[in-house]
Amino acid sequence: MAIDAATVRKVARLARIAEPEEKLEALATELNGIMTWIEQLAEVDTDGVEPMTSAVHMPAPMREDVVTEGADAAKVLSNAPKTVDGFFVVPKVVE
Amino acid sequence: MSSLTSLTLKAALDGLAAKSFSSEEITTAHVAAVEAARDLNAYVLETPEKALEMAKASDARRAKGQAGPLDGAPLGIKDLFCTQGVRSTAGSNILGNFIPTYESTVTANLWRDGAVMLGKLNMDEFAMGSSNETSAFGPVVNPWRSEGGNQKLTPGGSSGGSAAAVAAELCLGATATDTGGSIRQPASFTGTVGIKPTYGRCSRWGVVAFASSLDQAGPIAKTVEDAAILLTSMAGHDPKDSTSLNVETPDFASFVGKSVKGLRIGIPKEYRVDGMPAEIEKLWEQGIAWLREAGCEIVEVSLPHTKYALPAYYIVAPAEASSNLARYDGMRFGLRADGANLTETYENTRAAGFGAEVKRRILIGTYVLSAGYYDAYYLKALKVRRRIADDFDQAFEKVDALLTPTAPSAAFGLGENADDPVAMYLNDIFTVTVNLAGLPGMSIPAGVDAKGLPLGLQLIGKALDEGTLFSLGGAIEKAADFRARPAKWW
Repeated sequence: MAIDAATVRKVARLARIAEPEEKLEALATELNGIMTWIEQLAEVDTDGVEPMTSAVHMPAPMREDVVTEGADAAKVLSNAPKTVDGFFVVPKVVE
Repeated sequence: MSSLTSLTLKAALDGLAAKSFSSEEITTAHVAAVEAARDLNAYVLETPEKALEMAKASDARRAKGQAGPLDGAPLGIKDLFCTQGVRSTAGSNILGNFIPTYESTVTANLWRDGAVMLGKLNMDEFAMGSSNETSAFGPVVNPWRSEGGNQKLTPGGSSGGSAAAVAAELCLGATATDTGGSIRQPASFTGTVGIKPTYGRCSRWGVVAFASSLDQAGPIAKTVEDAAILLTSMAGHDPKDSTSLNVETPDFASFVGKSVKGLRIGIPKEYRVDGMPAEIEKLWEQGIAWLREAGCEIVEVSLPHTKYALPAYYIVAPAEASSNLARYDGMRFGLRADGANLTETYENTRAAGFGAEVKRRILIGTYVLSAGYYDAYYLKALKVRRRIADDFDQAFEKVDALLTPTAPSAAFGLGENADDPVAMYLNDIFTVTVNLAGLPGMSIPAGVDAKGLPLGLQLIGKALDEGTLFSLGGAIEKAADFRARPAKWW
């Protein structure tokens, strides 16, 4: 499945990265080169193989559902681009 | 004072213990070396005041007889580790002037044991790269040059700053991380020792995430013993990382120097790739001969799915990265580039903040996870990953460890592979299998090529069997007697 400029436009939108129209063709060529190289995976027989989602052979650990730290708004906000009165300031989300 | 920077970590710790010199003295010597080596671009942030403050505190602890295992030793920290109150950027503009309010577990462990921080080390942006050229701060320059040449060479990546700083004696050792080879390939390119431990040995808490099922921290050091000392401090169970293994951390240094007699070493035939330089082939043969002389039994093994490891990695790693890097939205921390509405602000922020390679990988990751492609690409890659891990399981029924080259070439010129992403990705051909399987892998300097550039050999071990790697690494180090050092030009 070849990647064309329209696909790059769609994927860039999904990834929330502004890519200028004039760069889409070049990106499509680049991504096609990488995906064509990746296509060789089709040669591997994976019938009945369980997908490997983790490199750790152990069940996810459980812990008590308790608050360990918190209530430190100043720390949470210390790297924010914009804040007012202990809140993050973001563009209007709901019209 | 320059002799203090030439010490190994072990010799420095012995000297500190014997009160031959103070932490303040050895730290001051390193601060001066760092300042004099800015042409290498190894440090993205120097923290001399903090270093001297930590050194004085260390000297005070030692005077009271309370010195820890690393007390007073000045180290460099890869800029992927969050350090409380000290700018941490992951080599990216999108983190801008991010100042963590917390300390990564790995660095906290080093400070607990008394180490001193010299500063933050340069790296490929978000650890995505094999040459350090994707860093927002510009590439690190390898302290090594070809004999008689003055071309600027890459120190490898992504931990290029860590490797260059250790090779140029700008710290006694450094932290690094490895998602596909980012500790071992730079170690090979700079004549240093690097180990990626078993997945889960070192906590990922506070380490900026790239691909969470592959990322693992480890040290880059001057010797095998130094790497063992550092890893012993860095590793350990951490409840804040749900993939951190709840196992004891052995004293890894106690394995260095142990006899390797009777160990069975596998030589995977699939690692003999087309176009591999004859010198690397020869070095590999030499490594086999060294281990045979040390009493190891050499066994040819097969890892049939090796050639599929890199393409599988270039599905799995970008998929995880596209998800992990979704957090950089310009709202809560880091850069914000305003747009006409919320979506435009997201898009402008990420367009301005991420570099080309990071964008490329986010796009690939988003593509392979998008509707209609998930099964064909992502699920397929996870199944191939299982095949690769099974290959290792079968090989380790017959052998105790594997010996391979670390990288398919010596250090190359900055800019040489910049136009072809796939050519750059092939740097990790021998290292990436280990990340997919979650196994430990170590690179040891073993020789130089015809141009006088260092080359490394890689040892791959069973899960949680770093001890055997330290014994074998020590045996190779002793046999190789690698004494070449970069001639100082910076």
